[in-house]
Amino acid sequence: MSSANTTLAPVLIIGARSDMARACALRFAQAGHPLMLAARGGADQGAQGDTGALVRDAADIATRHGVTVTCHAVDATDIDAIPAFLDSLPSLPGIALCAVGYMGDQPDSQRDPQAAARVLRANFEGPALLLGALAERFAARGHGTLIGISSVAGERGRASNYVYGAAKAGFTAFLSGLRNRFNGTEIRVITVLPGFVATRMTEGLDLPARLTAQPQEVAEAVFRAATRGRDVVWVRPVWRVIMAIIRALPEPVFKRTRL
Amino acid sequence: MPPPLVHLSGWGRYPRRPTRVSAPRDIGALASALQGGEPVIARGLGRAYGDSAIAAHTLSMRHFDRMISFDPATGQLVAEAGVSLGAVIDAFLPRGWFPSVTPGTKFVTLGGAIAADVHGKNHHGEGSFAAFTDWFDLMGADGSVSRCSRDENADLFWRTLGGMGLTGIVLRAAIRLRRVETGWIRQRMIPAAGLDAALDAFDAHMDATYSVAWIDCLASGPALGRSLVMLGEHATLADLPPARRARPFLTPRHRGLTFPVDLPGFALNPYSVRAFNALYYAMGRRKAGAGLVDWDSYFYPLDAIGQWNRLYGRRGFMQFQCALPLDQGRPGLRALLGAIAASGAASFLAVLKRFGPQDSPVSFPMPGYTLALDFPVNTRSLGLMPHLDRLTADHGGRFYLAKDSRMSADTLSRTDPRMGDFAAWRRSRGLSAHFVSAQSERLGL
Ligand SMILES: Cc1cc2nc3c(=O)[nH]c(=O)nc-3n(C[C@H](O)[C@H](O)[C@H](O)COP(=O)(O)OP(=O)(O)OC[C@H]3O[C@@H](n4cnc5c(N)ncnc54)[C@H](O)[C@@H]3O)c2cc1C
Ligand SMILES: NC(=O)c1ccc[n+]([C@@H]2O[C@H](COP(=O)([O-])OP(=O)(O)OC[C@H]3O[C@@H](n4cnc5c(N)ncnc54)[C@H](OP(=O)(O)O)[C@@H]3O)[C@@H](O)[C@H]2O)c1
Repeated sequence: MSSANTTLAPVLIIGARSDMARACALRFAQAGHPLMLAARGGADQGAQGDTGALVRDAADIATRHGVTVTCHAVDATDIDAIPAFLDSLPSLPGIALCAVGYMGDQPDSQRDPQAAARVLRANFEGPALLLGALAERFAARGHGTLIGISSVAGERGRASNYVYGAAKAGFTAFLSGLRNRFNGTEIRVITVLPGFVATRMTEGLDLPARLTAQPQEVAEAVFRAATRGRDVVWVRPVWRVIMAIIRALPEPVFKRTRL
Repeated sequence: MPPPLVHLSGWGRYPRRPTRVSAPRDIGALASALQGGEPVIARGLGRAYGDSAIAAHTLSMRHFDRMISFDPATGQLVAEAGVSLGAVIDAFLPRGWFPSVTPGTKFVTLGGAIAADVHGKNHHGEGSFAAFTDWFDLMGADGSVSRCSRDENADLFWRTLGGMGLTGIVLRAAIRLRRVETGWIRQRMIPAAGLDAALDAFDAHMDATYSVAWIDCLASGPALGRSLVMLGEHATLADLPPARRARPFLTPRHRGLTFPVDLPGFALNPYSVRAFNALYYAMGRRKAGAGLVDWDSYFYPLDAIGQWNRLYGRRGFMQFQCALPLDQGRPGLRALLGAIAASGAASFLAVLKRFGPQDSPVSFPMPGYTLALDFPVNTRSLGLMPHLDRLTADHGGRFYLAKDSRMSADTLSRTDPRMGDFAAWRRSRGLSAHFVSAQSERLGL
């Protein structure tokens, strides 16, 4: 049932314009959670002076599920602005999900340290420090759920995208540390490790259909983890097997692979 | 970088046509795609059977899937054209609303429903999708957007409804939903021993909200037109057993079964279809009477099997759907069913429906009857179809473009004089250079 239930915890979605984030937002709204959508530019208009993308999504979610949805501006790499961003929210959310990510271009990242830094900041520094700041506020309040969307790319560095992979590895380690720190409290930390997902990030790539999830599958898995208490979410179980094998390869073998 | 060249078909998987497909994410990207110089056509969920949603450059509307607003006082939903009826049901049935007109699959978009001006099992009493469409915004070839309604740009409004995407791109639409008390349908099945009995049953039940008949196409002689007439009403709370009244919108979820492989073409031969038909008819006779059916099984029985279009094998299948005027209905249907039974070409699905009043410049329905049949693509079916075309023409009938994949331009102009006006109007508006589908080229629209 989708009738608004104001007693459900508000969910903050950071990087809300991502296809995966939108699917997660819709899933939480379907269950009746009010939402705070945060993205670069916030409620700004679109390039054509039309309704901005975030406002369009907010209206969509509110129309479908009858929940309250607010729009907020955030740039995850602007770390000085983190406290002001959190202060600007209508309330401290009960659940916070960060989907911010940026693939960049591996050859660019090799050539240009600034390009590499953008990838490291958007996938590691920004998301980790945002969720870290939320963790402190959750700790002060005594409860809350943090959900970070990392990637299987962080499980082992590969030639084809190790800058992105290293940043995701950092984010995964950060989330694991938070979870360890808050064990035994009312603060929960969920790490999401998607394999391939059909989103704007992967549009135009030729991905193997059997290994590629739809954003709605990610959303269902995330929602289940948030309601049933899971630490790490592998979106398609086959990825857990694939990554176990990749991690188990001895380095002398792994270094010769082209994955 | 232009999108790669692919081969695309409609739901019938025939014919396949080369195209480049892009999926713009916002109005700006859509407008620039229109200015690319190549002819375009909008594509929804690709449930039209033939080549209506394929152009040199096909514009998938899948990212225009946002709802915009809902007014519970009037039941008016405003939503982008890529929103599907399934999504509408998911969001609004729990609050007591249902689409006012729905085709036999919920996997159609609002844009596709408007472009084909789709009809449902309630056409005889309530009309087509147009009757519940208050307005829509249409993007023209220059990227400009016009609001179209009965009062504003009425000409464009009426030619877009049924205009098969050839007037522009529907961006968003306002449609009215109907109030329902439950997610259940009270169904009544009436076995009809032959065509006359079936048509009499339609006439006797013009006040039923929904009516449709399933025909055993292989029955011949006195049993010609043997069918099950199915009537339906939205169940009220009082119709439900007490145990269900607390959660009237909770119905069984249908498991997403997907048809995994292409069946070899021979799996659906006349014998297997004959067995299926006899069984279905016997079952109907046993179950004859009233019963409660959930909305999904009632309106969308085929949706439970994903990709059931693979049932017909790689070569695909075709639909034949015609409308016949009231006064020619009986002889026309008799001639068509006779020809089909005599040919022995198996039609897995054959559906007969009574149409009510409709007077539109391009929409398919006319007061009378409509008959829809599936045929596998093979030489026998391809030989039979032109014969059925002729019989339809002889009885003053016309054809449904959303189902067509192989008609000739000549047949279209002979059976539907309105289409000549439509083509001329398109030329005068400069639309025929910009919005061009494989179907419109074939049919000279
Ligand atoms: C199992 C099944 C049952 C069906 N039952 C019925 C039925 O009972 N009654 C009935 O009327 N039809 C029925 N249909 C046909 C179906 O309803 C129509 O073909 C409908 O148009 C499909 O919508 P779509 O979103 O898939 O559009 P597509 O198939 O993608 O496109 C169909 C047409 O709509 C145009 N179009 C799509 N989106 C837009 C847009 N945004 N702007 C402008 N033009 C657009 C396309 O250019 C094309 O001409 C059935 C189809 C199937 C597969
Ligand atoms: N798609 C996959 O196959 C895949 C696989 C594994 C993991 N992931 C991860 O899943 C998450 C969601 O990605 P997606 O696939 O949905 O792709 P996406 O649509 O590209 O989403 C990434 C989002 O991150 C936002 N973002 C980037 N830098 C930001 C910044 N500095 N501040 C605020 N927001 C910023 C982008 O915002 P803008 O809208 O402003 O650009 C965009 O909405 C990402 O973390 C991604 O790394 C994706």
